Amino acid sequence: MADPIKGPIVTIQAEDFDTGQIISQATKDCSNVGAVVSFTGLCRDEGGKLAALELEHYAGMAKAEITRIATRAYAHWPLDQLITIHRFGKIAPGENIVLVLATSSHRQAAFEAASYLMDYLKTHAPFWKKEHLIDGTSSEWVDATEKDDKALNRWKDVIGE
Amino acid sequence: MLGKSSGSGLNMKIMYFAWIRERIGYANEEIALPPEVKTVGAFLTWMKTRGEEFAYALENDTLVRVALNQEHCNDLSHSLENVSEIALFPPMTGG
Repeated sequence: MADPIKGPIVTIQAEDFDTGQIISQATKDCSNVGAVVSFTGLCRDEGGKLAALELEHYAGMAKAEITRIATRAYAHWPLDQLITIHRFGKIAPGENIVLVLATSSHRQAAFEAASYLMDYLKTHAPFWKKEHLIDGTSSEWVDATEKDDKALNRWKDVIGE
Repeated sequence: MLGKSSGSGLNMKIMYFAWIRERIGYANEEIALPPEVKTVGAFLTWMKTRGEEFAYALENDTLVRVALNQEHCNDLSHSLENVSEIALFPPMTGG
């Protein structure tokens, strides 16, 4: 009963989050954890032009899809905790968009799992970004990039799929 | 809502997202599919015939992603049997 919750934890929320606080919680009372890797994706201001990002999401699918990806990572690497938070709705420059946090006995597993999760999340989690500009001109949907698709290739030999 | 009743086909919830939603003009609908529409490929072909806004939203096959019952599907020959929700959306840009 003393064990912390095991298995991937995925949260989809509109509210901002405190990365530092989540790291503290995730590593508290875990004497077997030797490594914690966290990635936080932030909203850029695109050289001062961006007023806000609007993240549309497929509510019914978002948590299920990220959980599928996180479950594969959790099964592949020796992890203690694997936490993902993804926000939706209006996000201002400087605010958080996404957090992936992996804890493990050793750094390699934590680095790789966090990196894998982010690469898959970019191209498989059902979220779409729209840019709202400060000058009030037209709002545009952000295009998916080939770079993000290519990032998946390096995992094919590691974890399959 | 269009809600066309075209007979004995499967009753399907269809969801649209991002610019595909904007081009079609609404976010979701419930519709009876024609009986001959039994696969993802047949579904997409039929959707494009439903009007200008559908043809425009789905004009570029490489930019249309499909989810069946809230799971990705990239197999056009996949059956729609036991599917109650189809989502159409552009390539994702989360993270």
